[in-house]
Amino acid sequence: MHEERLKNQARYDALFKHLARGMGLLVVLLVAGIFVTLVEESWPAIKAFGLRFLWSTTWDPIALEFGALPFLVGTLVTSLLALVMATPFALAGAIFLGELAPPKIANPVSFIIELLAGIPSVIYGLWALFYLVPTVRYFQMKIGAPPYGLGLFTASLVLAVMILPYAMSVARDVIRLVPSDLKEAAYGLGATRWETIRHVVLPYARSGILAGIVLALGRALGETMAVTMVIGNRSAMPHSLWDLANTMASVIANEFTEATEDVHLAALVEIGLLLFVITVVVNLIARLVIIKTKVQ
Amino acid sequence: MNASYPARENWRRWKNQIVLTIITVLALLPAVPLFLILFQLFKEGLSSLSLDFFLHLPAPPGESGGGIANAIVGTIILVGLATLIGVPISVMAGIYLSEYGRAGRLSEVIRVCADVLQGVPSIVIGIVAYAWVVKPLGHFSALSGSVALALMMIPVVVRTTEEVLRLVPDILREASLALGVPYWRTVLKVVLPTGMVGVSTGILIAVARIAGETAPLLFTAFGNQFMTWNPLEPMNALPLVIFNYAMSPYEDWWRQAWGASLVLVLMVLGLNVVSRVLARKIAGEK
Repeated sequence: MHEERLKNQARYDALFKHLARGMGLLVVLLVAGIFVTLVEESWPAIKAFGLRFLWSTTWDPIALEFGALPFLVGTLVTSLLALVMATPFALAGAIFLGELAPPKIANPVSFIIELLAGIPSVIYGLWALFYLVPTVRYFQMKIGAPPYGLGLFTASLVLAVMILPYAMSVARDVIRLVPSDLKEAAYGLGATRWETIRHVVLPYARSGILAGIVLALGRALGETMAVTMVIGNRSAMPHSLWDLANTMASVIANEFTEATEDVHLAALVEIGLLLFVITVVVNLIARLVIIKTKVQ
Repeated sequence: MNASYPARENWRRWKNQIVLTIITVLALLPAVPLFLILFQLFKEGLSSLSLDFFLHLPAPPGESGGGIANAIVGTIILVGLATLIGVPISVMAGIYLSEYGRAGRLSEVIRVCADVLQGVPSIVIGIVAYAWVVKPLGHFSALSGSVALALMMIPVVVRTTEEVLRLVPDILREASLALGVPYWRTVLKVVLPTGMVGVSTGILIAVARIAGETAPLLFTAFGNQFMTWNPLEPMNALPLVIFNYAMSPYEDWWRQAWGASLVLVLMVLGLNVVSRVLARKIAGEK
């Protein structure tokens, strides 16, 4: 009787372990499944266009000729521009919150920033559509650019605003980790606050800050809603920052439910596949940087 | 500045002052757009809130009035279903990482995959849910939307569960095992309850994250002008209402988009605040 119970318990133990491991394996399978599904669903387009898909600038759902270059350019330009615009502010904010501000100010401000990072992107899009677009249009009229209001530049601006809280909080966390004896040693040698930040804090936190920036880039690359709402949705090669354009994510969001031809749908999924590969690579790079930091 | 200092010392002090001022100004500037967003959200949103807005269904296109009752219900159903799908998978996977395979090779693969899954753009998740659920069923459905949201939820909950359970001291496990309690009961009755606050925090953070997601719902839950409780039918959600109304040509719908945004933000921020209070509670317990 007693031995029977023990045996049962051993069986439950093994069962529970297998269940837990199964769920862990499921996470791996899900990621593999996502990749396989994307390849499978985009196969008609891969077969039809081959590598030409990557550098063809024609996107013509009527003639069924598809090339993704305009969207690759749209995504890269908006994300990089957003990164360039957001980084100085994010870095300054991180230094301010991590080093300069007294805890009484830094703690509530950090709290608010983290809440802002949680605001859904569709709401950033709504705000951009009704407030940022008219503002940009006003400036475009002042400087004589085509006054669309929408376009690449506006999309980059929204992206910059959206990734800022994120990049800032990652960088601040790293800056806070700098050991205070290092800083005190610098002060003891007579360094000013800025010299300590410049020569002790920033070099120590460098790879962490870099990882934060790369993670923010990954987020900007895949951002859909806010960009879709203000980029103008024009599927042609953009020639200037004021042009209406499309990113990889926004063209999928716009055309997926309207695509009636199989090749059109497959071409959109192939863009999704490209986006998946790009973001996975970017995130793995960030992860490597973080691991390197931990080793140090 | 003290005149007795050499010029170089004075310059260093000046430089310090100047750079720190620039940093402070740069740090405070982004607060302007961020506060503008909140201010305008409340200004525009509050004016469109009314009891009718919460209780009525959407009016036909172009007509004013109507509400977002179906979208509120839809968001709750979509997120609830996603939680039902995602949480058991992710908590068990987290238990595996923390209790069974701390240093194993499989665990490392699972961790990398969770990170990869977290980085997958939400629109791509939408495509995958479309291929997995919408295509076989032949029509849009709330279920497919919940599958998409569950996919976004899993990595967050897996990682927080692992981190929290790792913090549970081994003494507790050993005490339980020494009393003859089998390991699986130790995990369920001792380890998991000890880390419960942390695990719930992780779940709340994940729920707050998926409640505002729009892109994965565009071609899964799709949206619906009518009230539905059936997860196999297309269903409306707050983020979908905001997107569709904002892009519409009707001024009254723009007003309602702001109202829906305010409701959504209050929901998401509420969840975030609760999860942070919980997180602080854990920190206090230590």
